[in-house]
Amino acid sequence: MRRPILTLAAVAALVAAACGGGTATPTTAPASSAPSSAPTTAASSAASPGASPAASAGTSAAPSASGSASNPYPTGDYGTISPLKPAVDLSKVGGAGEGELDIIIWGGYAEDGTNVKEYDWVHPFTDETGCKVNTKVGNTSDEMVTLLRQGSTYDGVSASGDATLRLIANGDVTAIDPTTMPGMGDVAPYLINAPHYVVDGKYYGTPHGWGGNTLLYRSDMVTPAPTSWNVVFDPTAAQPYAGKITAYDSPIYIADAALYLKAHNPELGITDPYELTQPQFDAAVNLLKQQRPWVGKYWSLFSDEIDNFKNGTTIVGTTWPYQFNALKAGGTPVGQVVPTEGMTGWADTWMLSSKAAHPNCMLKWMAWMLTPEVQTQVAEYFGEAPANPKACKYLDATYASYGFKNFCDEFGVNDPSFYNSVAFWKTPLADCAGGGGTCVDYSVWSQKWTEIKG
Amino acid sequence: MARRVVGIATIVVLLFLYLPILVIALYAFNADRGQSWPITEWTTRWFGDALANEGVRDAFVLSLEAAVGATALALLLGSLAAFAVHRFRFFGRETISFVLLLPLALPGIVTGMALNATFNTIGLKFSLFTIIVGHATFCVVVVYNNVVARLRRSSHSIEEASMDLGADTWQTFRYVTFPVVRTALLAGALLAFALSFDEVIVTTFTAGTDQTLPIWILTNLRLPNQRPIVNVVAVLVILLSAIPVWLSQRLASEGGTPTRH
Amino acid sequence: MRGRLLAFIYRHRSLQLLLLLVPPAGWFGVVYLGSLAVLFVAAFWSLDPLTSAIRHELTLRNFQQLVTDGVYRVVALRTIGIAAIVTVTDVLLAFPLAYYMARYARPRTRAILFVLVLLPLWSSYLVRVYAWRVILAQGGPLEWGLAQVGIPGVAIYPSDLAIPIVFSYIWLPYMILPIYAGLERIPGSLLEASGDLGARPGTTFRRVVLPLVFPAVVAGSIFTFSLTLGDYITPVLVSNSQFIGNVVFDSQGVAGNVPFAAAFAMVPVLVMALYLIVARRLGAFDAL
Repeated sequence: MRRPILTLAAVAALVAAACGGGTATPTTAPASSAPSSAPTTAASSAASPGASPAASAGTSAAPSASGSASNPYPTGDYGTISPLKPAVDLSKVGGAGEGELDIIIWGGYAEDGTNVKEYDWVHPFTDETGCKVNTKVGNTSDEMVTLLRQGSTYDGVSASGDATLRLIANGDVTAIDPTTMPGMGDVAPYLINAPHYVVDGKYYGTPHGWGGNTLLYRSDMVTPAPTSWNVVFDPTAAQPYAGKITAYDSPIYIADAALYLKAHNPELGITDPYELTQPQFDAAVNLLKQQRPWVGKYWSLFSDEIDNFKNGTTIVGTTWPYQFNALKAGGTPVGQVVPTEGMTGWADTWMLSSKAAHPNCMLKWMAWMLTPEVQTQVAEYFGEAPANPKACKYLDATYASYGFKNFCDEFGVNDPSFYNSVAFWKTPLADCAGGGGTCVDYSVWSQKWTEIKG
Repeated sequence: MARRVVGIATIVVLLFLYLPILVIALYAFNADRGQSWPITEWTTRWFGDALANEGVRDAFVLSLEAAVGATALALLLGSLAAFAVHRFRFFGRETISFVLLLPLALPGIVTGMALNATFNTIGLKFSLFTIIVGHATFCVVVVYNNVVARLRRSSHSIEEASMDLGADTWQTFRYVTFPVVRTALLAGALLAFALSFDEVIVTTFTAGTDQTLPIWILTNLRLPNQRPIVNVVAVLVILLSAIPVWLSQRLASEGGTPTRH
Repeated sequence: MRGRLLAFIYRHRSLQLLLLLVPPAGWFGVVYLGSLAVLFVAAFWSLDPLTSAIRHELTLRNFQQLVTDGVYRVVALRTIGIAAIVTVTDVLLAFPLAYYMARYARPRTRAILFVLVLLPLWSSYLVRVYAWRVILAQGGPLEWGLAQVGIPGVAIYPSDLAIPIVFSYIWLPYMILPIYAGLERIPGSLLEASGDLGARPGTTFRRVVLPLVFPAVVAGSIFTFSLTLGDYITPVLVSNSQFIGNVVFDSQGVAGNVPFAAAFAMVPVLVMALYLIVARRLGAFDAL
């Protein structure tokens, strides 16, 4: 199931290249860093079921001003952002609203203006649909899974890729019809058929936003500027920074090690960092155990990583573009790079609970969250790339106090060399397509992560 | 001599207790959103932002409601158990204090997981009520301990004397028993309130979509942009809480015996 | 009417007992112990590796894994060890302050000290942990201050050393209060008598004060020990090390493996049960 996205990515890259790129290269990411595997994989998967929508999506991947339909699904128009009035008729989405909506979210995904006045996409939604929104913040993907499984308390969730397949496999969430979801046609081509939420041609939700896990370094302390993950994984290259390296504190970080091994230990035969056979998995775990003593601090909150880079507790390691921008804006000398091996990345998806008490309100919420105007508010407030590139019109011009100029460029939204390098998070399952049917399950990833940290 | 050494040590320990609070107070005035040292620019703008923040206000009110509810329940259950243990001999009497202490002594995550599973099983919707139930469970013991300790030192004979002099049960309770345990109840209530007001772990398992103040803080510490407001909130809460703590201390010392835990 | 009802209750002692006992016993006996029992049973269930569903058959597999996999032993010992260090540190820190409050301070000073000890409990636990991170971090106030007096390069965050420092700080008031209460209960005349009988202050402290206040120290240690044992937020914030609570939290959340989480949670439950039994023997329950 991972092939469609690479097909997409490759086609998008070709089109973008043909059009002369047309996008600014973000920050210090080298333009030549697209993973070598993408074109070959794409060629060999032309017959995959996702190929036809992917191909049509690819034709408009370059940010052309034409605004023509990019995939078979319905597109949306621009409304107004201040006051927030997206051009979507929510009364036509789903049936009549149930008056209430209970959702599990990442902190910052449903702001009602209580924190910062300008960021309020909850009240306008309630005004328009009559659905009163109650939110429960999940602090980790895993907490979200646990919460959603608590019977019919919640209608939906903003799930990250390391949770989505678990929810789908367990029947916790239900598929939606993309042809009746307004704005689905505006979703970035590299996300629309992504395998972390599209399973067997069924769409289990609507894309929300994403981020690539780039390599962040203190440019005054890490010289020469790194181009490879070897500065955190290779004993020789990492040596100068031992004790100052950071890594992401989650079992899904094992995929980062697998991605590195995919490029540097071809004899392991890793094709997908999320579908690992036992020997491949063991090799990744050993790499991380070797890395453990060099790690100054694992990070799980992005605010923590910002503090740690600012005061020099950690100086090199994986990041989200948000931290790089925050640090740069704060005057800390930092650089960011897309390493030659490519990078992992996360993408969040709004999913509808199969036991939802208010499914119509949830569907309306999903359509609402896809509009360029709401995408702008949430991307700026949270600091992530929007799933709908139409939001860039507002984002690049800065909407409110948390925004900055050229927002979409900084997050690589329209840059093939950036988004093509991303291997998006998806839940490792035992039953995998690539590894001959037997891969290591996420519960083992989680146990091994405990063991790696010690 | 000994007095001077102890005095100096006391001052050192007090400095230790207040050093982090001083740091929080300083960062509440830090113009930069991050927390790096030393602070180079100062501002008071975060106070305005915090006071204007409805999320903080809602969370604060919810925390107050939860703490008041949990304290009330703890006062009721704790003093009932204390009177039962003090007045009567019965089977299982010795284990009462043991069982009451368990929710506080066992890890919060155990209490949280256990209650969470039970609420789910019986289909109770997560709400303010479930938060109160969770908090009251570990607050009962502090009230119980204070009341039982006070009863142990008071004499039952004065109540008998009151009845002998013609007072009915209600009058005896109102004019004899209650004054004896009043300050103990106050001390217990104060600690129960504080325990509930700052609880994070059990709350994450027993709260639904509502945010208590500690949960709000946990959520907003993740967002770097909100960090200064969190510091301001912490400072304001300390300042606000000084009032009830001081008042209760005054009340307690008027009761003759100094407040004890 | 009300009077007659109350009189009736007053005459029937068993009815009194029933009225007093049913609410707390119902709450704790049914709601709390019942919930714990469910958790205890869940520890003997297992997770189906293929469907991730919980298998409701009794098995010892979780406990087997706990024993054979070395990492869980390391985590358990680390947690218990740090909880013990925190407890000892807090006794040492709490004693002088409690002693000053109980023995030397005038009533007014005592009241002020009492408020000063209680107040930190009211400020957010999380914010205080974050404050410590700032203090202990590279370039933070501690390193900065020490560098001013000629000791450069002392950054304690992130490290295992930071964990006991922060815990000792956070739980200190819970130790001061019982020790103060214990000291305050010792009649001054007893100490004078000891002095009159020829004991020097040091001897009086060792032979009279310490034995009398010991149950109160144990009472305070129940709080410091158990609160450290069960925490999972501070270790993640100030170090790279895991506590029992982290593994439990991750197991039930990350892997959805509630049975394994329940099994590992039995470790602190067992430790605390033993601790409480010993504490009661030492008379700590009367000093709480």
